[in-house]
Amino acid sequence: MKRWPRFLTPLYYILPAFAVVIVFRILPILSSFAVSFSDYDIGGFRRFSGLYNFERMLSDPRFWESVANTVYYVLGVVPLGIVLPLFLAVLLRGRLAGKAFYRTIYFLPVVTSSVAVSVVWTWLFNPDSGPVNGIIRMLGGQPLMWLREPRGIFEMAFAPLGLNLDGMLAGPSLALCSIMIVTIWKNIGYNTVLFLAGLENIPGEYYEAARLDGAGAWSTFRHITWPLLSPTTYYVLIMSTITAFQAFALVYVMTPPPGGGPLGTTNLIVFYLYQKAFDRFDIGYASAISVFLFLVLLGLTILQRRIAGRRVVYE
Amino acid sequence: MTAATVTRTVSRHALLLLGAVVMILPFIWMLTTSMEQGGFRNYAEAWKEVPFGRYFLNTLLVTFLTVLGVVVTSSLAAYAFATMRFRGSGFLFMLFLSTMMVPQPVYLVPSYIILSKLHWIDTFAALIIPWTANVFSIFLLQQHFKTIPRSLYEAALLDGCSTFGYLWRVVLPLSRSVLVTVILFDVISSWNSFMWPLVVTNSESMRVLQVGLSYFNQEAASNFPLLMAASTFCTLPLLVLFVLAQRQIVSSYSRSGLKD
Repeated sequence: MKRWPRFLTPLYYILPAFAVVIVFRILPILSSFAVSFSDYDIGGFRRFSGLYNFERMLSDPRFWESVANTVYYVLGVVPLGIVLPLFLAVLLRGRLAGKAFYRTIYFLPVVTSSVAVSVVWTWLFNPDSGPVNGIIRMLGGQPLMWLREPRGIFEMAFAPLGLNLDGMLAGPSLALCSIMIVTIWKNIGYNTVLFLAGLENIPGEYYEAARLDGAGAWSTFRHITWPLLSPTTYYVLIMSTITAFQAFALVYVMTPPPGGGPLGTTNLIVFYLYQKAFDRFDIGYASAISVFLFLVLLGLTILQRRIAGRRVVYE
Repeated sequence: MTAATVTRTVSRHALLLLGAVVMILPFIWMLTTSMEQGGFRNYAEAWKEVPFGRYFLNTLLVTFLTVLGVVVTSSLAAYAFATMRFRGSGFLFMLFLSTMMVPQPVYLVPSYIILSKLHWIDTFAALIIPWTANVFSIFLLQQHFKTIPRSLYEAALLDGCSTFGYLWRVVLPLSRSVLVTVILFDVISSWNSFMWPLVVTNSESMRVLQVGLSYFNQEAASNFPLLMAASTFCTLPLLVLFVLAQRQIVSSYSRSGLKD
């Protein structure tokens, strides 16, 4: 009588969470693989179709467009999303009047919803009456089309020099770059706070010793801050890469469907997946894209662990 | 203070202030534009244009029940993982944690299929129940529960405290700050969630604030004062919460980042 209730007790406690995790996480994750191998549309499951969805995916120019755009987006958002917060965190380190004030201001966009942020920035970037072009005009510059500009930024930058860049050389469209700007703006505070927490963990004696040795700001950063902060940098790198690959809300609201921005230049993977699944109900195909996304993220995490992981200095 | 330190402090502040201006300016533009051509009447008009009142109630209900669910299921599960030894507990805990590695877009489509099989599409159940367990919350609580000395448990049992009584009367009161962290995280993510409610609801009366705002953005495309007014009242509750609990929120986020 006494044995079995004790054996079962932990199960009672775990069961509520377990039921939800099984039904709404594990089951969907496993079935996304199954669905990706089947013909599945608005009428439900039709038949298993083997690798057909993946073959379609590999020969779908819109899919590759979304991959290329996502790569641009990740390469734009991740490095700047590390460098700027790191710089701010270094400025904020130690005793400083108004530290809490700065931290609060930088953090405001983090708790603001992506939808509201997108609505506001759509207005800021408005080519006719938006404040961003307003400032450019005030400074005597040429107003830009921002979110409505399909031309690549390198194409635009080099056009006055008579250079005609197209294809991948044209670079990400200004529309996509505008979305990158908003992404970086929104996440700066979060990464700054992470870096700041990492910095405050570095013992002050190191800095004291560097100061006594007459080390300058750069060499202090290079030889103390950077190596000792590497666990944080590494974490921020992995997390921001994974998050950047999943960008959806900003793209969806700032360059709404159908299409994915001017000439499809802001069509990112998750946005494409969403459109395939919920506008076209091409569910099997959408699942193939989600499996692709999952494998890419898994691969990247392993790769980053291999490469960056070795360089991380743990005290 | 030497001249060099003064220069350094001044330039630090100059750069930080520049950053602060860039961060705050969009909010100021949002507020000033929302008052253009009609002042506070823009707010009333935006509120009436689409049923924002309904969206607010939906969002409040969803957020409240989701957070309540998370706190209950996570406390129970974390308690079992932290204090009880049972066959397969390590495996089960790793299984839980591994789901955290899988991003939402990956399981979105099959979740939709499951919800439609359950006939939950366009119901509160679809908005709430899948989010009433949060592995990250379980992890945070479990980490904290483990730090409570085992001797306390044995002493409580000797005093005739039941297993649940120990959780309720000893463990939870000792975990207030972690619980606050869990609650704040879940309030923020639930209030701001967009992709999920966009996918699992169709009818106008089931929209939450973020979905309602995105549709309003498409409908009122060029009426910027109204759009800014709507954006303001959709973000205001969280901004107020942030200002009130600023210290806890920032430290929660920074702690969560350095979890390993």
